[in-house]
Amino acid sequence: MGVRERIAKRAAQELIDGMIVNLGIGIPSLIPNFLRNRRILFQAENGVLGIGKSPAKGEEDANLCNAAGYPVTVVSGASYFDSATAFAMIRKGLIDVTVLGGLQVSEQGDLANWLVPGKRVPGVGGGMELAQKTKKVIVVMSHVNKDGEPKIVSTCSLPLTASRCVDLIITDRAVMEVTDEGLLLTEIMVPYDVKDVISHTAAPLRISNMLKCIE
Amino acid sequence: MTKVRNEYGKIISIEQAVEKITDGCSLMVGGFGGVGSPPSLLQAIFDKGVQQLTLICNDTAFPHIGVGPLVSQGRVKKAIVSHIGSNPIAGKRLHEGTLEVEFCPQGVLVERIRAGGAGLGGILVDIGVNHEWLAKGKQTIEVDGKRFLLELPLTADISLVYAKKADPFGNLIYDKSARNTNPLVAMAGVMTIAEVEEIVPLGELDPEEIVTPGVFVHYIVQSYGVNWKWIWE
Repeated sequence: MGVRERIAKRAAQELIDGMIVNLGIGIPSLIPNFLRNRRILFQAENGVLGIGKSPAKGEEDANLCNAAGYPVTVVSGASYFDSATAFAMIRKGLIDVTVLGGLQVSEQGDLANWLVPGKRVPGVGGGMELAQKTKKVIVVMSHVNKDGEPKIVSTCSLPLTASRCVDLIITDRAVMEVTDEGLLLTEIMVPYDVKDVISHTAAPLRISNMLKCIE
Repeated sequence: MTKVRNEYGKIISIEQAVEKITDGCSLMVGGFGGVGSPPSLLQAIFDKGVQQLTLICNDTAFPHIGVGPLVSQGRVKKAIVSHIGSNPIAGKRLHEGTLEVEFCPQGVLVERIRAGGAGLGGILVDIGVNHEWLAKGKQTIEVDGKRFLLELPLTADISLVYAKKADPFGNLIYDKSARNTNPLVAMAGVMTIAEVEEIVPLGELDPEEIVTPGVFVHYIVQSYGVNWKWIWE
């Protein structure tokens, strides 16, 4: 299993029966592969509630896609609606969990995931609404960036998507909860150890007395 | 073109429709990553060589899909969108200064379009109310102790939408996730042109299933169908 799959597999454990869930693009889109027989309704910002498996090759419907523009199917009980209705659901707080990618997360749970000044200006899409309004925000990302710099920091240097919005961070090295007292390290992904995680995190970490290692 | 009676004079050819779209106009286009964007109208606008457009759309699609070619080929001077991430050429043009982009969070953008189509003077949203970049220059309004940003409505000279079926009055139904921003865009145009897969006789659509009432739709054109290759193909 690749690093991205391991992160997705861990994130999948956060999703339980009856939840309404919105998944971002990238690693989050791998999460459904790790869910079995679960009654979870996936929502997409373009206007679908109840997204199912990816269609078999040759059975794609160009008019049935997720927010990233890739073909999907729907489950029993699904509905179609316009994008304003999709965001009504989001702003009203009807989404239980969203799993988003991240460029930086601060110890207060601030999220930066939309802009690298002078490099990439893709625009925020629906990330701002999802980060600000979803009941539980999970960020999945690599622990360090391409230059080896920590992505978990005391204060984000990149422009924020939303402040104090992240509840849980899952990386290729660790799982951390955002608490009122800062970040709580709860799980370590083997082969990494506590020392390694601390040295690659640019924010103070408290270590849970229930700390677990994940194979 | 069709054996349906043109009782309201709204059914026109693609060529007649494109005559109405001229240099410098504001153009609002339905669709989300190109899904649900009107392919034949966009192709005809491109072929006509219309320039200096102000484009309002969820996104700039992909370079060869939906509104993408208009942006890639420099026909758009300003885009009001939620993201340009799927169209690297839009990013390049923004960077070199040949494209102005007003970014708006997706949910705020569609609600501004809805407000424009619903005759409202603005909307109050708390999305990004403390955001250094999004809140900049916007009026803040306090209601019951909560702070909101005043976001202004969006309308356009011409709205273009893509629907599955229309009747001669312009009542529209859509197809699955190709509905996306189309019902909102349909309401917000000073003039709205609907490109549809099928035009059916008056009375054939069940009033219960109609998503966009025809009163919002000025013209109807028959689509030739999608003429681009999807990213997943």
